[in-house]
Amino acid sequence: MKISENWLREWVNPDISSDDLVAQITLAGLEVDEVLPVSSAFSGVVVGEIIAAEPHPNADKLQVCQVSDGAETFQVVCGAPNARPGIKIPFAKIGAVLGADFKIKKAKLRQVESFGMLCSASELGLSDDHDGIMELPAIAKTGEDFRAFLNLDDQIIDVDLTPNRSDCLSIAGLAREVGVLNKADVTPVKVAPADVTIDDAFPVRVEAVDACPRYLGRVVRGVNVAAQTPLWMVEKLRRSGIRSIDPIVDITNYVMLELGQPMHAFDLANLSGSIVVRMAKKDEKIVLLDGQEVALRDDTLVIADETAPLAIAGVMGGEGSGVNEATKDIFLESAFFAPLALAGKARSYGLHTDSSHRFERGVDATLQEQAIERATALVLEIAGGQVGPITHSVNEATLPEAAVVTLRRKKLDQYLAMSIDKDLVTDILTRLGLEMIEVTDEAWSTKAPSHRFDIAIEADLIEEVARIYGYDNLPSSMPQAAVNFTPLSETKTQIQVLRSILVSQGYQEAVTYSFIDPVLSKQFLPNIEPVPLANPISADMGVMRPSLVPGLVKAYLYNQNRQQSRVRLFETGRRFIGTVDALADLDQQQQVAGLIAGARHAEAWYHGSEKVDFYDLKAHVEAMFALNDGGKPTYERSKCEFLHPGRSADIFLDGQFVGLMGELHPQLAKELGANQPIYVFDIALAAVLNAKLPEYEAVSRFPEVRRDLALLVDRSVPVSELERVISATAGEALKNVLVFDVYQGQGIDETKKSVALGLTWQHPSHTLSDEEVNNSVEKTVAALSEQLGAVVRG
Amino acid sequence: MENLKQILADALSAVAASESESALDDVRVHYLGKKGALTALLKQLGNVSAEERPKFGQMVNEAKDQVQEKITERKASLAKAALDAKLATETIDISLSGKGQEVGGLHPVTRTMERIETFFRGIGFDVAAGPEIEDDYHNFEALNIPAHHPARAMQDTFYFNPTTVLRTHTSPVQVRTMETTQPPIRIICPGRVYRCDSDQTHTPMFHQVEGLLIDENISFADLKGILQQFLNVFFEDDLKVRFRPSYFPFTEPSIEVDIMRTNSKGEESWLEVLGCGMVHPKVLEMSGIDSEKYTGFAFGMGVERFAMLRYKVDDLRMFFENDLRFLKQFK
Repeated sequence: MKISENWLREWVNPDISSDDLVAQITLAGLEVDEVLPVSSAFSGVVVGEIIAAEPHPNADKLQVCQVSDGAETFQVVCGAPNARPGIKIPFAKIGAVLGADFKIKKAKLRQVESFGMLCSASELGLSDDHDGIMELPAIAKTGEDFRAFLNLDDQIIDVDLTPNRSDCLSIAGLAREVGVLNKADVTPVKVAPADVTIDDAFPVRVEAVDACPRYLGRVVRGVNVAAQTPLWMVEKLRRSGIRSIDPIVDITNYVMLELGQPMHAFDLANLSGSIVVRMAKKDEKIVLLDGQEVALRDDTLVIADETAPLAIAGVMGGEGSGVNEATKDIFLESAFFAPLALAGKARSYGLHTDSSHRFERGVDATLQEQAIERATALVLEIAGGQVGPITHSVNEATLPEAAVVTLRRKKLDQYLAMSIDKDLVTDILTRLGLEMIEVTDEAWSTKAPSHRFDIAIEADLIEEVARIYGYDNLPSSMPQAAVNFTPLSETKTQIQVLRSILVSQGYQEAVTYSFIDPVLSKQFLPNIEPVPLANPISADMGVMRPSLVPGLVKAYLYNQNRQQSRVRLFETGRRFIGTVDALADLDQQQQVAGLIAGARHAEAWYHGSEKVDFYDLKAHVEAMFALNDGGKPTYERSKCEFLHPGRSADIFLDGQFVGLMGELHPQLAKELGANQPIYVFDIALAAVLNAKLPEYEAVSRFPEVRRDLALLVDRSVPVSELERVISATAGEALKNVLVFDVYQGQGIDETKKSVALGLTWQHPSHTLSDEEVNNSVEKTVAALSEQLGAVVRG
Repeated sequence: MENLKQILADALSAVAASESESALDDVRVHYLGKKGALTALLKQLGNVSAEERPKFGQMVNEAKDQVQEKITERKASLAKAALDAKLATETIDISLSGKGQEVGGLHPVTRTMERIETFFRGIGFDVAAGPEIEDDYHNFEALNIPAHHPARAMQDTFYFNPTTVLRTHTSPVQVRTMETTQPPIRIICPGRVYRCDSDQTHTPMFHQVEGLLIDENISFADLKGILQQFLNVFFEDDLKVRFRPSYFPFTEPSIEVDIMRTNSKGEESWLEVLGCGMVHPKVLEMSGIDSEKYTGFAFGMGVERFAMLRYKVDDLRMFFENDLRFLKQFK
């Protein structure tokens, strides 16, 4: 909310500077977003009067004006079409400064001398209006300094109020708060009931009593809507960011800013039968003031007459029922609508108005009569008219009740870790408008004022005391608590350690969005229906990722397009598989995923640019599992749609599927625009964070024996099968099987491959004899031949 | 006697002049061998008077020892020279880079989160995690954010259906912890959060670390103390900090914390870095904690904001572009 500081100071004027005032209310929880000047910083401008205006002898669009400053008359050449004798205008005299590089000097325009300039509102930083020169009311005193005349030594304070403090959404409310903070007197505007001069009243029927506990109306006949809104009001509205429309609308806006009560004025001639405050009928139509037609829902409170809705209550009036140039008689509305009844309604129609902003957060439920009297007085003052009586429609039962709240000394002291003097607490609460029902050494029993409907529980009072006492004045300490011991798990690897394993392999950590393009999701995983967002930020962020891989591949492509050809990225985070209809079963598992592409090593002097392959990736995957010996994974050919069918693996741990790895399917890679093979893994984080507590096993004192086997076997036989058979048959003393060469190609049968294995035996309690080892080798070779058709190369 | 001196002098100069091991060996044979010049002198011992014999013998032996010693020395020095020469040919350019994998790095958000975690783990907080797709009870209602609250409007929250959302903060993890644990509770909840907002200064996904401490007699003073210390530790600076009243539905009193920043021109200004407050009694009660017996405080901070301040990143969106030229700056 923007307000003029001078206006605020009309109500409460503590002896502190503007800067201090701004800091003070910010520290009281009414955060000031910014402080703005009310005009540009001009000087040397006075109220001038045009005495005469003649056409310029040498230019069609210019006039030569004689302008009085009250003492002397000056010749001024002016291009504004509205310059004419008799009007008062802002007059920048010789020597006036309108901007850093804009000083008014004597000038010659088309051979005619000019001594000064007549100003538009935009030239003075008052508005964007540069349609001609600014016309001042006749009461302006010629010769008066223009800044003084418009009270421009002022500033606009923009307060960003939290939703609980709607009581401060007015000059009256802010003044009340500033008064409390400074212990300063507040001078409210005097509101006396208007003299009722006519009997005319318009009937009001409130049907929705829960949503509208109080509705006040009043007829004022014979108003002059053509009257000028006084400049002081226009200026105050302008400084609050509201444009002057006509005197009646200006007055309703003014009262809202001044007292905090949103109001509305209807053209009485357009009302038929009576005012009915009711819920809308489904699909009932209304054309709003902003010109748009809206189909209403039946959860929406409307102000209607006997034929049609006239306004969305507390939000916006209708086009057909408002005040216009032809209006003679008006019906003023001042109502209290329940916050819950209006909450979210404006937004649901794509609207947000000063009125809805206030009603949703709450308006003082006792304010309506004061506001309607204030508005009436202003209407009479500015636009004249005959005043009818106020009609009251009140449902006491649904009006909010003032909260009775007790603050206990014990709780206050415990919350704040200090004891604030009893009288000071009483004083703070009293200044805030709370009624003291009973004060003892143990407690303050209080009743909240009607404008502080946010106060409901003890903690609210603690906050109020703390806030006014000053958060910065409260003590600070470190909590004292028993030291907390939890067993240090060694069967779970810290994620930091996992990350550093990948970092040491050259990976950069990435963070990609958890939502991805549904098209991309289908490209990767055609058989998974990703979880869609109802209101995505954009179509390409429409679904929750079922895998981390698409996001990493996108990140790869981003870098590929920026000449980064060697890429290693990893990410940890959740993937989402399932449906939100069964939220408890929705898989939101944490994954670790990685991507490598390009050269094995960063290009360097010591080698060529050999590219990474499946086995580089596998080394990284194995390193993660080997970390803390969390279990030995097994690998099976993967059927994953986005992976190369011959170069990919599903990863199992203890028989459970835990992830996959491999080359991105070349077809997919091509479609996405990748210019080289990409390798990815995506593994359940829990699987790689699994760790084993090491347990010592005696180191054998006896020598190791190694025998090498060179085998010829069908290419389709995985080496892991050879290892499996060897482990099963080579005896308990077998310590290790090592694959030290794999060869296929020239020199051997094209259906075969040659695999060289190193077998190491070591017995815990004796030196193995040649015979023992030979026996094991023989048995092993026989089993390999029998089970896998492997033959020892001659 | 004169003869001995001459032979010794000749022998020593021959040793010194030898340029190889074989030349040296020749010198050894020539002087010390069985038929060597010095050996021959010993054979002449019989011609010396009995009186002078021991002295002469001793002198010859000393000469032999001296020659042998010089030969050994010369041999060592030749070997060293040979090795030096060989090593000289093996000289390499030590300015070239090492061989192997270059090291990667952590994302600045992770780095920042780990710093925050380190502080709070150090003072006894545990780290808790929870789901990102949440029901509205845990994301809103249990936090005293009723259905009509502005924060629940469509423009702020990502919805899947009217009762399922992407969590807008990590507070639901706190709720879930309170539901299953009785105080004392000391946790921090780092993680991804989501708001339906995207512009220069907002990304639809970002990271938060929220914290919760509930125990008997926890006060506003404890909150001030811990957060002031945290900010000093995180920024490695004795910061000017201010605590300002604010409003959050789940805390009462609610506080925003500002730190004083000085720009390059030396101008000071306050910058908001944290939201916090004493846990609202309703929030405690809803999760089954006795609000008469226990009090607590909660706080929350945006990780990206801390990362931006710490590493002088001026564009929030860089965090999610995964541009290697950006990421590689954080090693």
